[in-house]
Amino acid sequence: MSLLSVSNLTKSFGGLMAVNDVSFGLEQGTVMGLIGPNGAGKTTVFNLITGNYRPDAGEIMFDEQSLVAQSPHRIVSIGVARTFQTIRLFPNMEVIENVLAGCHCRMHSGIFAAMFRLPGQRREEQASLRIALQELEFVGLTDQATNKAKNLSYGNQRLLEIARALASQPKLIILDEPAGGMNAQETADLVRLIKEIRARGITVLLIEHDMSLVMRICEQIIVLEHGALIVQGSPEEVQKNPRVIEAYLGVDED
Amino acid sequence: MKKSYIIYAVMALVLSFSPFFLNPYWVDVLNNIGLYAVLALSLNFILGHAGMFHMGHAAFFAVGAYVTAILNTMYHVPIIWLMPLSGIVAAVFAAIVARPIIHLRGDYLLIVTIGIVEIVRIALVNNIFGVTGGSNGIFGIGRPEIFGLVIRRPHQFFYYIWIFLAVTVFLFRMLEDSRFGRALNYIKEDELAAEGSGIDTVHYKLIAFVLGAFWAGMVGNVYASKMMIISPESFTFWESVLYFSIVILGGSGSIPGVILGAFLIVGLPEVFREFSSARMLIFGAAMVIMMIFRPSGILPPLPRTYKLDRVRKGGSQA
Repeated sequence: MSLLSVSNLTKSFGGLMAVNDVSFGLEQGTVMGLIGPNGAGKTTVFNLITGNYRPDAGEIMFDEQSLVAQSPHRIVSIGVARTFQTIRLFPNMEVIENVLAGCHCRMHSGIFAAMFRLPGQRREEQASLRIALQELEFVGLTDQATNKAKNLSYGNQRLLEIARALASQPKLIILDEPAGGMNAQETADLVRLIKEIRARGITVLLIEHDMSLVMRICEQIIVLEHGALIVQGSPEEVQKNPRVIEAYLGVDED
Repeated sequence: MKKSYIIYAVMALVLSFSPFFLNPYWVDVLNNIGLYAVLALSLNFILGHAGMFHMGHAAFFAVGAYVTAILNTMYHVPIIWLMPLSGIVAAVFAAIVARPIIHLRGDYLLIVTIGIVEIVRIALVNNIFGVTGGSNGIFGIGRPEIFGLVIRRPHQFFYYIWIFLAVTVFLFRMLEDSRFGRALNYIKEDELAAEGSGIDTVHYKLIAFVLGAFWAGMVGNVYASKMMIISPESFTFWESVLYFSIVILGGSGSIPGVILGAFLIVGLPEVFREFSSARMLIFGAAMVIMMIFRPSGILPPLPRTYKLDRVRKGGSQA
């Protein structure tokens, strides 16, 4: 039984078929890469899984629950966390508060508990703060905890997004171009980080244009072109596949 | 940080003795400032923390005031019992009217909320259900009575209102510093990212409205018993604009800022009564200058503080 199984997923915007009959399965504990030329529908697939779009047809099953027609925040609490292609932090808030946003869906205190500082609420705040700090340490941003998110470097903002996603204690983390805008050193650190995420038992699904990164860390790769899935397989299989070569490099005239 | 606490303590002390050296007129001005401060604080959750442009807060205030007036004059329910009830009715009203418009953004929400306050006012003028007394309003509202003490004179109302304000400040301060307060701030910063991080944005925006309306309804109760007569002209769009300006001028999301805003917007016009014709001009100019040079208000909110060292220590023990 796959952790995530997508079947016959279809989404069109007006006349444009953004995602066309895509089916794939993702096993627990693997790192899967989603690649394809620009405009192939990769981010649309992500947005369908995370509930930002509603599919026209098809089913998304996660951990034996359907994710279709669930709101994005529900999907996070079910166990699917995400990062955004264009960084979306809470820029004027502290780094630690950004991470606490991820903890939010695991907390339960209501407004009465908060108003009267009930013991349960205080314990919960402390516990969440501890989790948030652990996640900051995990991505290596401990020393930035009280800095404002907007003052972080670009690479660190990406790491902060990952920390925020991890703070929701997901089973699956979806990374949309995590290496975008990173230099070689930062990318190498990111590869190590993704491996550590997997070592924690969290399944990873990522979109990435940096092919060397994808080939280094992904056990499974799926390739999209014009909204349709053309191949699913290991990096070696994908690299040899003639349709992938055709999609990326074009085909000889004769 | 510590210096500001000393300043607040001194100011609270001076305020708490002010009825002894001010004449009843100025005590009443302070009472009005207190009422506006609580109203603006209740709006602050919606406007300041969640960043929703809500310019219809007077509608909730009106609902609270009319619930108190109607039940007190018709059924002689004691004012003090009506305080929570006024809040609850205003909160239910807010939940019903806010639910369909909660997804609206920025200026769209602003326009609809202006519509709400106008509809409420016109409904009151037209003597809706035959209980609001039309444009004459309702008169003969009773006074609050606490443990046999009837609150009647300005200085009695001063303590009544400012203790209400103090309790409000205390509870709201706690609330700001919780996952609820943070959730509203996440929504203000980036709603999509908040939703994507697991925050039920619709729920929290609605709760902000309901909570703000609950408090505004309670202020309506205090106001009705203070004035003894209420009429639709006390709940106009202009009132909502005043609360809005108090929050924006004082500092969105900042409790000291909002209270300072209430002093400036309600108190200053009283101080400068002699320049009555020029004061709106000065007021308008001050707002423009503020928005250019200090767009986040006179006293913008301080960042929350987290005792990270203590948590770290606790973490290593565990």
